[in-house]
Amino acid sequence: MTGQVLLTMRGISKYFPGVRALENVDFTLRAGEVHALMGENGAGKSTLIKVLTGVYPKDGGEILMDGKSISPSSPLEAQKCNISTVYQEVNLCPNLTVAENIFIGREPRKAGRIDWKTINRRAAELLKQLNLEIDVTKTLDNYSVAVQQMIAIARAVDVDAKVLILDEPTSSLDENETSRLFDVVRGLKKQGLGVVFVSHFLDQIYELCDRVTVLRNGELVGAYEIEKLPRVELISKMIGKELGDIQSMGKNDAAERGEVLIEAKGLTAFGRIKDFDLTVHKGEVIGFAGLLGSGRTETAELLFGVAKPEKGTLKLGGSEIRFATPLDAMHHKIAFCPEDRKVQGIIGDLTVRENIIIGLQAKNGMWSHIPMKEQERIAEEYIKLLQIKVSSPEQLIKNLSGGNQQKAIIARWLVTEPNLLILDEPTRGIDIGTKTEIQKMVIRLAREKQMAIIFISSEIDEMTRTCTRLAVLRDRKKVTELSGDEIYPDRVMAAIAGGV
Amino acid sequence: MNQIKKMTSHHLFLPVFALVLLLIFNAFATPGFFSIQIQNGQLFGRIIDILNRASILVILSMGMTFVIATGGIDISQGSVIAISGAVCCSLIGGAGDGTTQMPLLLACVIAVIVCGICGVWNGFLVSKLKIQPMVATLILMTAGRGIAMLITKGQNITVYYKPFTYIGNTIPGSPLPTTIFIAAAMVVLVVLIQKKTSVGMFVQAVGINAEASHRTGLKVTSIIFMVYVFSGMCAGIAGLMESSMIAAADPNNAGLNMELDAILAVALGGTLLTGGKFYIGGSIIGAITIQTLTTTLYALGVSSEQLPVCKAIVVILICLLQSEQFKKMFAGKAEKKAVTQI
Repeated sequence: MTGQVLLTMRGISKYFPGVRALENVDFTLRAGEVHALMGENGAGKSTLIKVLTGVYPKDGGEILMDGKSISPSSPLEAQKCNISTVYQEVNLCPNLTVAENIFIGREPRKAGRIDWKTINRRAAELLKQLNLEIDVTKTLDNYSVAVQQMIAIARAVDVDAKVLILDEPTSSLDENETSRLFDVVRGLKKQGLGVVFVSHFLDQIYELCDRVTVLRNGELVGAYEIEKLPRVELISKMIGKELGDIQSMGKNDAAERGEVLIEAKGLTAFGRIKDFDLTVHKGEVIGFAGLLGSGRTETAELLFGVAKPEKGTLKLGGSEIRFATPLDAMHHKIAFCPEDRKVQGIIGDLTVRENIIIGLQAKNGMWSHIPMKEQERIAEEYIKLLQIKVSSPEQLIKNLSGGNQQKAIIARWLVTEPNLLILDEPTRGIDIGTKTEIQKMVIRLAREKQMAIIFISSEIDEMTRTCTRLAVLRDRKKVTELSGDEIYPDRVMAAIAGGV
Repeated sequence: MNQIKKMTSHHLFLPVFALVLLLIFNAFATPGFFSIQIQNGQLFGRIIDILNRASILVILSMGMTFVIATGGIDISQGSVIAISGAVCCSLIGGAGDGTTQMPLLLACVIAVIVCGICGVWNGFLVSKLKIQPMVATLILMTAGRGIAMLITKGQNITVYYKPFTYIGNTIPGSPLPTTIFIAAAMVVLVVLIQKKTSVGMFVQAVGINAEASHRTGLKVTSIIFMVYVFSGMCAGIAGLMESSMIAAADPNNAGLNMELDAILAVALGGTLLTGGKFYIGGSIIGAITIQTLTTTLYALGVSSEQLPVCKAIVVILICLLQSEQFKKMFAGKAEKKAVTQI
């Protein structure tokens, strides 16, 4: 039931020093529709949203809300214009109660004092509308990210929103949580809200959205009815080239295994994984498949010394080893590219060069300094090899796009010449072009350098394409292993779900 | 226009600009400010005085810079200065006939080692026990003077052994005060460490993102530990100079509030107190600027009681100049002006 036009952005332009972030972009949102905003990294999605919510002032164009021209200069003003945003990283206070989080800054008062009864009652009612029955007097950190996400939505909706912007809301949710979130969004849609949905997940766009606006390099490609736009076409519109490349990539069907590299037996750590067995051979790509929280990352961290196993043994080249720190694991030629790029990966205020060589430097120790010339040579070699887009190796890494940051972190680990490379969600939140590049690189490294790779991803397509073997995890246990012909999406899905 | 912007956004701009401003002011306000006399092959003059006193602050601020870069702070430096003086002076002894109980060099080395141990304590609290740096170093800040008092048995020890006074003054025959040579040597040492090792990068990495640093193989705990030890040793060396200048150990007043000047020097030099990127060069110039300011104010007849007020005004100015919000306000006004002119 898409209704009349709610929000119109016309000819929006935004420039940053030396960069044209948006050029003459139009965007229309109708009441009662879920509208996807898509584009590769750097296409201008987030800039457009930040212009709409008043984070950035626009350099050109106009915004019409219900036919009236608005120009919010802060998120608060945008909220007053009935535009609410829920960001990718939930920005609530984990140490306050759910109810406090919903009403913070606009607490109902009685006789000059905060009326806690009303706050708690109204918060519970509000969440009930979203089919969420939780104790609103508990602090927020008692609840999963998915629930927190919904609380953020509840808060956003309660401030009389007509337009709700969801910026990558599902990137840290598993499938169950996602479908719950979608139910909530569908409910809001019925109430006549216009929802702007930003996501990298194609499946979700097709499941939830009515229309899609595609941006590329800061320009509008077009707005389309999602039902009339086949996936392949959507992707080719986003990356601006024909798609044969992605489709013809095919599977990694390297059949032969190298010698045994590392052997885990009965690895157990409370709250992480139980009795985990795995043998890793040289030159194979092993996928850890499973839902979020099934123990994928947690197991990988045991192999890298981030956490220590309580029971079980780890054998490397026949002899038993124990890692107290990541540095120990690095000395045994293991590398681990973490899931949370921003918090665990990049060192934002250092340059790309420093970020690339810091792993090797840490391995060498701080007193055996790599000479500057050598550092520059290494950095340039890997920037070229992985096609990292930088203005210079001396650019700060925080100023790169997500995909390029990811490549730089992968470069950091390749520089250390590992025998085992663990990649935890290496393609999350990055554009399709770069995704394909990373997948290809994984296969190439395994084939040509006989590197063993553990590949963790939530995208099953990606796993079936790149992995030669899959360890399927469920509820912090390894339930089965798939290899060869068994690796195809339906089979993997069934294994994860438990219908083996 | 762009070049001006480039220049003003350089991290050394603020301290150098402040220093130049002060020097220009002095050139007019204080007659003979820049004049240097030579007596018996020794240089005298206000500039030399400033450099002499600033040397102490330069050394302190270098130690402080590394601590602040890791996101920490060391407010015990002033008290450690007192401990250093107390150890050294009581080892040399206050014999009235001008003899020493121990070779001077050995006494100095022991004093610096003791201060290094003070740093070990701070580093242990911060890196191992994860106590907030301000609180952890507050312990030694308050206890330090008591410890110094214990070492001197509750008295100020006056040293009559002549060579001891050379540290903070001038060795006969040398054109410049010894302090300047010591500070210069420390600067060279730190620059060498910066250029020839990865200490600088590692300290910054820890200050920017400790979690990512740990996962990249950095020994975060030992790096943090190390910077506090270094800070303690810097305070130890500064303490030797300070007590040598007055040829006595003064547990109550030696190095009083010096840590605040050191923090100010670091901030003035462009290093953010939140940690991360640090600028040793900025800290050094910042230290000299602050000493110039102090000397200037004394020369103008400001009493030592009123001095903190003037310094406070400078601190406010620095904070304003470093504040993004303030810059925005300023930029906003300039923009509006530009618009109305059109």
